[in-house]
Amino acid sequence: MSAEIRKIAVWVEETHREIGQTISPPTRKAVAVAVIKNPFAGSYTEDLTPLMDIGAELGGLLGDKCIAALGITPAQAESYGKAAMVGEGGELEHAAAILHPKLGAPLRVAVEKGAALVPSSKKMGGPGQVLDVPLGHKDAAYVRSHFDGIEVRLNDAPRAGEIMVAVAVTDSGRPLPRVGGLTHSDAEGKDGLR
Amino acid sequence: MPDVIIRKMVTSIEEIFHEGGPRANTPLKRGYVMAVIENPYAGSYVEDIQPFMEDLKPLGLEMAQKLLAALGVEADQIEGYGKGSIVGVGGELEHGALWHAPGGYAMRGVLGGAKAIVPSSKKVGAAGVRLDVPVTHVDASYVRSHFDSIEVGLNDSPRANEMAVILVMTTGSRVHNRAGGLDAKDIKGEDGLR
Repeated sequence: MSAEIRKIAVWVEETHREIGQTISPPTRKAVAVAVIKNPFAGSYTEDLTPLMDIGAELGGLLGDKCIAALGITPAQAESYGKAAMVGEGGELEHAAAILHPKLGAPLRVAVEKGAALVPSSKKMGGPGQVLDVPLGHKDAAYVRSHFDGIEVRLNDAPRAGEIMVAVAVTDSGRPLPRVGGLTHSDAEGKDGLR
Repeated sequence: MPDVIIRKMVTSIEEIFHEGGPRANTPLKRGYVMAVIENPYAGSYVEDIQPFMEDLKPLGLEMAQKLLAALGVEADQIEGYGKGSIVGVGGELEHGALWHAPGGYAMRGVLGGAKAIVPSSKKVGAAGVRLDVPVTHVDASYVRSHFDSIEVGLNDSPRANEMAVILVMTTGSRVHNRAGGLDAKDIKGEDGLR
C-alpha cells in the first residue's frame, strides 16, 4: 500500500539573530510534513504492515524535501528528527507503525549516513494542533549543540481519518550553543552516539 | 533612518493534492515568507514613522524573490497573493501598516506588474499568535475561485519589540473550487478588479 497524500508542507526557518547576537551564517532548520489518509481509521486492525511500508515511502520523500528546501547536499545535513500526529479516528500505534520500523533507512539515505537514532515524538491530535519534532545530531546522538526541536502545525490537519507525518532536517545546531558536551567537530560518528 | 534588523526568516510551502475530491492534475502550491524584524518604534509613541517604509523596500524585494524561488515556479505562474503583518505587543497596529507599500509593490514588481490590489491583514499579538493572510487573484480581485487565506505564525515571534512581515503567493485556485463567479479565464485584467 502506498501513501494517499492530501497535502505536503515544507517549512524552512532561518535564525539570523538571537538575543542581540548576529548568527552568521544563519542556523537553518527544515521540516517537511505529509498529510495522508489513515487506512485503519475507524476500527481496530491487528496487522499494521501497510503503515510500515508507508513509513518507508515517506522517510525518503520527506527527507529529500527537507534537503531540497535547505538547498544543501545530503552530506551537509547535521541533525534530524521525526514525528507523527494521528487524527482522532486512529490510534497511537498507527504513528508507531509509520515512524519506527521502516522510515529511518530511506531517511538516512536522504541525509547520507545517519549513524544515530532518529529522535521522535508522537501523539493523537486534531487540526491546528502543534506537533513538536525533536532534533538530534544525525551521526552522534551525544552532540549537545544539536539537541533542539521544531514546531509544526497545519490549521486543517490531521482530520479524523488522517495522519500527519513530519521529518525535520537541519544544517546546523542551536544558534548560540554554549552548554559544553561533545561538539560536532569532535564527533566520530561511528557508533551513533559519540 | 532605522535599520532593518532581521532575527528570523521563515518560508513555508504547501502542496495540495486534493481535499476529499478528485486529485488535482497539478497540485496547488501555497506559500509564505515571513521576516521577524526589530520594531524601531516599539516602546513609545512616535509620530513620524514613515521613514521605515523606505527601509523596508529592499526586504520586500528579497522576500518576494525568496518566496518565488521556494515555490519553484516562474513569476507568471503565480495566480494569487496577499500580505500581512504582526506587531509585537510593545508596538502599535499602525506600525503594521508600514508594510503596505514596501511589501505590496515589491511583490507586484517581482510578479511583473500584477494589476490587483494585494489583500492584507494585520494585528498586534504575542509570540505564537496566528494570522490569517487573505489571498486574491493577482490581476482581478473578483475572481472567486482564488479567494483563499493562508495561516501563518511562528512559536517565538513576534517578541514585544519586534514585528513580523509576511508575503504569500499561490499557484492557482482553491483545489476543488466550484462556487461560481468570475472565472480566471474570463478576466480583462485591466482595472485590477475584473
